Amino acid sequence: MNNVIANRLTKSFNNVKVVDDLSFSVDEGEIYGIIGPDGSGKTTLFRILTTLISPDSGSCKVCGFDVTKDYKAIRNVVGYMPGRFSLYQDLTVQENLDFFATVFNTTLGENYSLIRDIYVQIEPFKDRPAGKLSGGMKQKLALCCALVHRPQILFLDEPTTGVDPVSRKEFWEMLKNLKKIGITIIVSTPYMDEASQCDKIALMQNGKFLRVDTPQNFINNYSGKILSVKSDNIYNLLEDLRTYKSLITAFSFGECCHLSSMYNEIDIDNLIDYLIKRKHKNIVISEIIPSIEDCFLSYLNR
Amino acid sequence: MIRFLLEKEFKQIFRNKFIPKMLIMMPLMIMFVLPWAANQEVKDIRLGVVNYDNREISNRLIDKITSSDYFILVDDYLSAREANDAVERGDIDMILEIPNNFEKEMIRSHNVKVMIATNSVNGTKGVLGTSYLSSIINDYSNDITINHGIIAGKSNINLSVKYLFNVLMDYKVFMIPALIVMLLTMLSGFLPALNIVSEKEVGTIEQINVSPINRLTFVLSKLIPYWVIGIVIMSVCLIVAALVYNLLPAGNVFTIYLFSILYILVVSGLGIVLSNYSDTMQQAMFVMFFFVMILMLMSGLYTPISGMPDWARYITIVNPLKYYIEVMRSVYLKGSTFFDLIPQFYALVVFALFFNCWAVISYKKRN
Repeated sequence: MNNVIANRLTKSFNNVKVVDDLSFSVDEGEIYGIIGPDGSGKTTLFRILTTLISPDSGSCKVCGFDVTKDYKAIRNVVGYMPGRFSLYQDLTVQENLDFFATVFNTTLGENYSLIRDIYVQIEPFKDRPAGKLSGGMKQKLALCCALVHRPQILFLDEPTTGVDPVSRKEFWEMLKNLKKIGITIIVSTPYMDEASQCDKIALMQNGKFLRVDTPQNFINNYSGKILSVKSDNIYNLLEDLRTYKSLITAFSFGECCHLSSMYNEIDIDNLIDYLIKRKHKNIVISEIIPSIEDCFLSYLNR
Repeated sequence: MIRFLLEKEFKQIFRNKFIPKMLIMMPLMIMFVLPWAANQEVKDIRLGVVNYDNREISNRLIDKITSSDYFILVDDYLSAREANDAVERGDIDMILEIPNNFEKEMIRSHNVKVMIATNSVNGTKGVLGTSYLSSIINDYSNDITINHGIIAGKSNINLSVKYLFNVLMDYKVFMIPALIVMLLTMLSGFLPALNIVSEKEVGTIEQINVSPINRLTFVLSKLIPYWVIGIVIMSVCLIVAALVYNLLPAGNVFTIYLFSILYILVVSGLGIVLSNYSDTMQQAMFVMFFFVMILMLMSGLYTPISGMPDWARYITIVNPLKYYIEVMRSVYLKGSTFFDLIPQFYALVVFALFFNCWAVISYKKRN
């Protein structure tokens, strides 16, 4: 029963619908990623699912319990890691863990096996106040605290925001291990590259899910071509590509630009002529397999 | 469960760099400095005299006035105008003007007029100075009439004033019980409220809210440490009052404790209500300043309630501080028993119920 079933959830603040008529389901033991730009309503959705706020309308069952009626039962079976680091900064690592274990009527020893892999990494600092840990360490401690009562579902609100790439990678490895134990994980992130790590992705914007699918299907269903374009003058390149033809989208991707069109094929020779006229040199154009980020950007721009 | 939460609160309080120091500094300041400073006695009033008469009787009056602690004779002035100028320059606070035929009239009709003029920029000083001076002059006029063998039956009324319960009119005795009240309001009422708001601000309250802890346990875990600290510090204050100022409650100490505990319930309830409506420390602090100002100044702590206009007196009815100060002062000075203080007891019980119910209703784990 480690699942979530939401039916037409709606929540507005000051007449702005932050979560707008949202229905979805999360199956047991999957990593469900909610990807979307800042302000798309991810955090509000998490706060509804973790019973911190109640929806204006619609219903939602978490582990079989209703978020409005049985919120007390839900609090025993979910773990929540808010986007902002919110542990007691003046308590040590050890004290924080003991505290949250006690709050959930358990002890650190009882569920040690679950968090051991993560805890050993912060154990050398266990007598240090949580406020004095580095960003990645804080993240690990917060994850330990969210897991200390052996939750069935873990809610992670932007867990990797502001964390370095190495720690991010480690963090996702940890999540995969937790998935193996059977914990359902619902995670939000603004980073598109993390999406491919999820079993299922919901693309969220303006309180709605634009599309829910597996990462592979997102790519497979992408219709159209992606061209990677490079030239000496990157600064002007993006502008020139955007004015090349209507119905074409262009984004800068590191040192090259990705160019895509959902509707018509792009004639590469014509494009090269156009760029030469615009005084670009050393032009390299190649067709690439779309990445998940390409798919999202094209969706968000529709 | 609550035991563990309390352990965490105490750990946080004593681990804080500032709070433990403040917990020691604040009562020390309040008990050792304020009783001397928060004092309405007026001494050393600078007096200027314009004596047109300048004979024995009038000179002896001036001697009598300046021999008291209250007045310092700054100068004799030749004319009222000169004296007025001195007031304007700020050299003197009061003028005593004795008319030309003072001695003659005194002996002939026992009915002379002297004039007192006071600089009332500082109201208390003006009023008290005038009343001290007139009582000295009255005294003197009685002496004269008796000395001269005239029976002063028809016009003289002898006033003899006795200050009940505080024989020497010592302001310290009057202020210390009230200062303890102030201390308790800050420590047990507002400190835990700020603590809760800070958990909101840091975001840790979110973590507590998603846990199975019920709201009463959480709020109690915040309040109990400050109740304990409040009572301990109050006890220290009572001991300091006894040892340093030789001030022992005339009534029963247990009456004081009973009412103190009741009062702590009232202010901590009020504090929780405020914290429930505050999202930031800044907002909470500002609202608390407002309440501290109003509660203190309208409680009879500094200025007597009987001196307020009617409408202001009605406001003081809903000021819990007023009742507690009344209790403290009457137990300390009059030796009132619990049964004398039943009205205050009921008032405080009503406040405690009101604020705590409101606190429970407005505390939301979800919205």
